[in-house]
Amino acid sequence: MSTYHRPVSNTWWLKRKTYILFMIRELTSVFVAGYCIFLLVLVYKLTQGADAYGDFMAALKSPISVALHLITLIFVLYHTITWFNLTPKILVLYRGEERIPQGLVAGTFYVGWVVVSVIVAWLVLGA
Amino acid sequence: MAKSNEPIWWSLFSAGGMVAAMIFPILIIITGILVPFGLASDDPLNFERIHTAVTQNNYVKLIFFIVITLPLFHWAHRFRFTLVDVGLKSMSTLISILCYGGAIAGTIASAIVFWNI
Repeated sequence: MSTYHRPVSNTWWLKRKTYILFMIRELTSVFVAGYCIFLLVLVYKLTQGADAYGDFMAALKSPISVALHLITLIFVLYHTITWFNLTPKILVLYRGEERIPQGLVAGTFYVGWVVVSVIVAWLVLGA
Repeated sequence: MAKSNEPIWWSLFSAGGMVAAMIFPILIIITGILVPFGLASDDPLNFERIHTAVTQNNYVKLIFFIVITLPLFHWAHRFRFTLVDVGLKSMSTLISILCYGGAIAGTIASAIVFWNI
Protein backbone atom coordinates (compact mmCIF):
# COMPACT_ATOMS: atom_id res chain seq x y z
CA MET A 1 0.00 0.00 0.00
CA SER A 2 1.33 3.39 -0.83
CA THR A 3 0.30 6.69 0.66
CA TYR A 4 -1.61 9.12 -1.46
CA HIS A 5 0.23 12.29 -2.42
CA ARG A 6 -1.86 15.17 -3.58
CA PRO A 7 -0.48 16.18 -6.99
CA VAL A 8 1.42 19.47 -6.92
CA SER A 9 1.62 21.56 -10.05
CA ASN A 10 5.10 22.07 -11.46
CA THR A 11 4.64 25.81 -11.30
CA TRP A 12 3.78 25.97 -7.59
CA TRP A 13 6.78 28.21 -7.02
CA LEU A 14 5.32 30.96 -9.20
CA LYS A 15 2.31 31.37 -6.94
CA ARG A 16 3.88 33.44 -4.17
CA LYS A 17 6.68 35.95 -3.89
CA THR A 18 8.41 33.98 -1.13
CA TYR A 19 8.31 30.85 -3.30
CA ILE A 20 9.85 32.75 -6.21
CA LEU A 21 12.58 34.10 -3.94
CA PHE A 22 13.20 30.56 -2.71
CA MET A 23 13.59 29.37 -6.31
CA ILE A 24 15.95 32.25 -7.12
CA ARG A 25 18.02 31.29 -4.07
CA GLU A 26 18.19 27.69 -5.27
CA LEU A 27 19.18 28.84 -8.78
CA THR A 28 22.11 30.86 -7.43
CA SER A 29 23.85 27.48 -7.21
CA VAL A 30 23.95 27.34 -11.03
CA PHE A 31 25.94 30.59 -11.08
CA VAL A 32 28.20 29.30 -8.33
CA ALA A 33 28.95 26.21 -10.44
CA GLY A 34 29.43 28.39 -13.53
CA TYR A 35 32.07 30.43 -11.75
CA CYS A 36 33.80 27.22 -10.57
CA ILE A 37 34.07 26.18 -14.20
CA PHE A 38 35.41 29.63 -15.12
CA LEU A 39 38.12 29.31 -12.44
CA LEU A 40 38.98 25.81 -13.60
CA VAL A 41 39.36 27.02 -17.21
CA LEU A 42 41.58 29.86 -15.94
CA VAL A 43 43.90 27.36 -14.22
CA TYR A 44 43.78 25.07 -17.26
CA LYS A 45 44.90 28.00 -19.44
CA LEU A 46 47.82 28.48 -17.05
CA THR A 47 48.97 24.96 -17.94
CA GLN A 48 48.76 25.81 -21.66
CA GLY A 49 51.39 28.52 -21.50
CA ALA A 50 51.63 32.29 -21.49
CA ASP A 51 49.96 32.84 -24.89
CA ALA A 52 46.84 30.77 -24.16
CA TYR A 53 46.56 32.37 -20.74
CA GLY A 54 47.09 35.84 -22.18
CA ASP A 55 44.29 35.34 -24.74
CA PHE A 56 41.98 34.19 -21.96
CA MET A 57 42.83 37.25 -19.87
CA ALA A 58 42.26 39.55 -22.87
CA ALA A 59 38.81 37.97 -23.33
CA LEU A 60 37.87 39.16 -19.83
CA LYS A 61 37.61 42.64 -21.35
CA SER A 62 34.89 41.57 -23.80
CA PRO A 63 31.37 42.92 -23.11
CA ILE A 64 30.04 39.35 -22.91
CA SER A 65 32.49 38.43 -20.19
CA VAL A 66 31.76 41.61 -18.22
CA ALA A 67 28.00 41.08 -18.57
CA LEU A 68 28.23 37.43 -17.46
CA HIS A 69 30.39 38.44 -14.51
CA LEU A 70 27.89 41.11 -13.44
CA ILE A 71 24.90 38.73 -13.67
CA THR A 72 26.88 36.08 -11.78
CA LEU A 73 27.84 38.65 -9.15
CA ILE A 74 24.19 39.54 -8.49
CA PHE A 75 23.20 35.90 -8.04
CA VAL A 76 26.25 35.03 -5.94
CA LEU A 77 25.66 38.05 -3.68
CA TYR A 78 22.10 36.79 -3.22
CA HIS A 79 23.58 33.42 -2.27
CA THR A 80 25.96 35.06 0.23
CA ILE A 81 23.22 37.11 1.91
CA THR A 82 20.71 34.26 2.15
CA TRP A 83 23.48 31.91 3.30
CA PHE A 84 24.62 34.11 6.19
CA ASN A 85 21.03 34.83 7.20
CA LEU A 86 20.34 31.08 7.35
CA THR A 87 23.52 30.15 9.20
CA PRO A 88 22.26 31.05 12.73
CA LYS A 89 19.23 28.80 12.19
CA ILE A 90 21.56 25.83 11.67
CA LEU A 91 24.42 26.92 13.91
CA VAL A 92 22.61 27.22 17.23
CA LEU A 93 25.08 28.52 19.82
CA TYR A 94 24.63 28.90 23.56
CA ARG A 95 26.42 31.02 26.13
CA GLY A 96 25.63 29.12 29.30
CA GLU A 97 21.88 28.64 29.31
CA GLU A 98 21.21 31.51 26.99
CA ARG A 99 21.05 31.19 23.24
CA ILE A 100 23.33 33.61 21.42
CA PRO A 101 21.05 35.92 19.38
CA GLN A 102 20.72 34.98 15.71
CA GLY A 103 21.58 38.51 14.65
CA LEU A 104 24.92 38.29 16.45
CA VAL A 105 25.81 34.99 14.78
CA ALA A 106 24.84 36.29 11.31
CA GLY A 107 26.60 39.59 12.02
CA THR A 108 29.81 37.74 12.88
CA PHE A 109 29.68 36.00 9.51
CA TYR A 110 29.10 39.31 7.70
CA VAL A 111 32.12 40.83 9.47
CA GLY A 112 34.12 37.70 8.62
CA TRP A 113 33.04 38.06 4.99
CA VAL A 114 34.38 41.63 4.82
CA VAL A 115 37.66 40.59 6.45
CA VAL A 116 38.08 37.59 4.12
CA SER A 117 37.23 39.75 1.07
CA VAL A 118 39.87 42.32 2.02
CA ILE A 119 42.48 39.60 2.57
CA VAL A 120 41.66 37.89 -0.76
CA ALA A 121 41.77 41.23 -2.62
CA TRP A 122 45.10 42.04 -0.97
CA LEU A 123 46.59 38.63 -1.83
CA VAL A 124 45.33 38.56 -5.41
CA LEU A 125 45.82 42.20 -6.36
CA GLY A 126 48.63 43.49 -4.21
CA ALA A 127 50.94 41.58 -1.92
CA MET B 1 16.86 3.81 10.50
CA ALA B 2 18.23 3.00 7.09
CA LYS B 3 21.79 3.96 6.44
CA SER B 4 21.99 7.10 4.37
CA ASN B 5 24.80 8.90 2.61
CA GLU B 6 22.87 12.15 2.93
CA PRO B 7 25.16 13.56 5.70
CA ILE B 8 28.17 13.33 3.36
CA TRP B 9 26.44 15.26 0.58
CA TRP B 10 25.02 17.75 3.04
CA SER B 11 28.46 18.40 4.58
CA LEU B 12 29.98 19.00 1.15
CA PHE B 13 27.00 21.21 0.21
CA SER B 14 27.45 23.20 3.37
CA ALA B 15 31.23 23.58 3.09
CA GLY B 16 30.95 24.52 -0.58
CA GLY B 17 28.20 27.03 0.17
CA MET B 18 30.41 28.69 2.76
CA VAL B 19 33.42 28.89 0.40
CA ALA B 20 31.25 30.39 -2.35
CA ALA B 21 29.55 32.85 0.02
CA MET B 22 32.84 34.04 1.52
CA ILE B 23 35.15 34.42 -1.46
CA PHE B 24 33.28 34.22 -4.77
CA PRO B 25 31.90 37.79 -4.65
CA ILE B 26 35.35 39.36 -4.30
CA LEU B 27 36.84 37.01 -6.92
CA ILE B 28 34.04 37.90 -9.37
CA ILE B 29 34.63 41.60 -8.74
CA ILE B 30 38.34 41.05 -9.45
CA THR B 31 38.00 39.00 -12.66
CA GLY B 32 34.85 40.76 -13.90
CA ILE B 33 35.39 44.41 -13.03
CA LEU B 34 38.73 45.41 -11.49
CA VAL B 35 41.04 43.58 -13.91
CA PRO B 36 39.16 44.12 -17.22
CA PHE B 37 38.67 47.83 -16.53
CA GLY B 38 42.28 48.26 -15.43
CA LEU B 39 41.28 49.41 -11.96
CA ALA B 40 43.94 47.25 -10.33
CA SER B 41 47.51 48.39 -10.70
CA ASP B 42 50.08 46.58 -12.82
CA ASP B 43 48.09 43.73 -14.37
CA PRO B 44 47.96 41.62 -11.18
CA LEU B 45 46.72 38.48 -12.96
CA ASN B 46 49.64 38.35 -15.41
CA PHE B 47 50.91 34.90 -16.38
CA GLU B 48 54.23 35.02 -14.52
CA ARG B 49 52.73 36.08 -11.23
CA ILE B 50 49.79 33.65 -11.15
CA HIS B 51 51.83 30.76 -12.58
CA THR B 52 54.50 31.27 -9.93
CA ALA B 53 51.90 31.56 -7.17
CA VAL B 54 50.19 28.31 -8.14
CA THR B 55 53.27 26.22 -8.96
CA GLN B 56 55.74 27.31 -6.32
CA ASN B 57 53.79 25.99 -3.35
CA ASN B 58 51.59 22.91 -2.91
CA TYR B 59 49.48 24.57 -0.23
CA VAL B 60 48.43 27.29 -2.68
CA LYS B 61 47.59 24.57 -5.19
CA LEU B 62 45.49 22.77 -2.58
CA ILE B 63 43.64 25.98 -1.67
CA PHE B 64 42.86 26.69 -5.36
CA PHE B 65 41.70 23.09 -5.76
CA ILE B 66 39.38 23.30 -2.74
CA VAL B 67 38.00 26.70 -3.81
CA ILE B 68 37.10 25.30 -7.24
CA THR B 69 35.75 21.88 -6.24
CA LEU B 70 33.83 22.31 -2.96
CA PRO B 71 31.27 24.76 -4.44
CA LEU B 72 30.59 22.21 -7.21
CA PHE B 73 29.14 19.95 -4.52
CA HIS B 74 27.15 22.88 -3.21
CA TRP B 75 25.60 23.19 -6.67
CA ALA B 76 25.05 19.44 -7.03
CA HIS B 77 23.10 19.12 -3.79
CA ARG B 78 21.02 22.27 -4.23
CA PHE B 79 20.28 21.80 -7.92
CA ARG B 80 19.27 18.17 -7.32
CA PHE B 81 16.48 19.28 -5.00
CA THR B 82 15.54 22.19 -7.25
CA LEU B 83 14.86 19.80 -10.13
CA VAL B 84 12.85 17.50 -7.86
CA ASP B 85 10.90 20.53 -6.59
CA VAL B 86 9.86 21.60 -10.08
CA GLY B 87 8.27 18.23 -10.71
CA LEU B 88 10.99 15.82 -11.77
CA LYS B 89 10.49 13.63 -8.70
CA SER B 90 9.99 10.55 -10.83
CA MET B 91 13.55 10.93 -12.14
CA SER B 92 15.12 11.69 -8.77
CA THR B 93 17.66 8.85 -8.90
CA LEU B 94 18.88 9.88 -12.35
CA ILE B 95 19.03 13.52 -11.21
CA SER B 96 21.13 12.59 -8.18
CA ILE B 97 23.53 10.62 -10.34
CA LEU B 98 23.87 13.47 -12.86
CA CYS B 99 24.31 16.19 -10.21
CA TYR B 100 26.73 14.45 -7.86
CA GLY B 101 28.37 12.74 -10.84
CA GLY B 102 28.86 16.15 -12.45
CA ALA B 103 30.50 17.50 -9.30
CA ILE B 104 32.73 14.42 -9.05
CA ALA B 105 33.66 14.74 -12.74
CA GLY B 106 34.57 18.39 -12.15
CA THR B 107 36.68 17.38 -9.17
CA ILE B 108 38.54 14.77 -11.22
CA ALA B 109 39.07 17.30 -14.03
CA SER B 110 40.43 19.80 -11.48
CA ALA B 111 42.72 17.17 -9.98
CA ILE B 112 44.14 16.41 -13.44
CA VAL B 113 44.65 20.10 -14.24
CA PHE B 114 46.38 20.79 -10.92
CA TRP B 115 48.45 17.62 -11.21
CA ASN B 116 49.76 18.69 -14.62
CA ILE B 117 50.51 22.28 -13.84
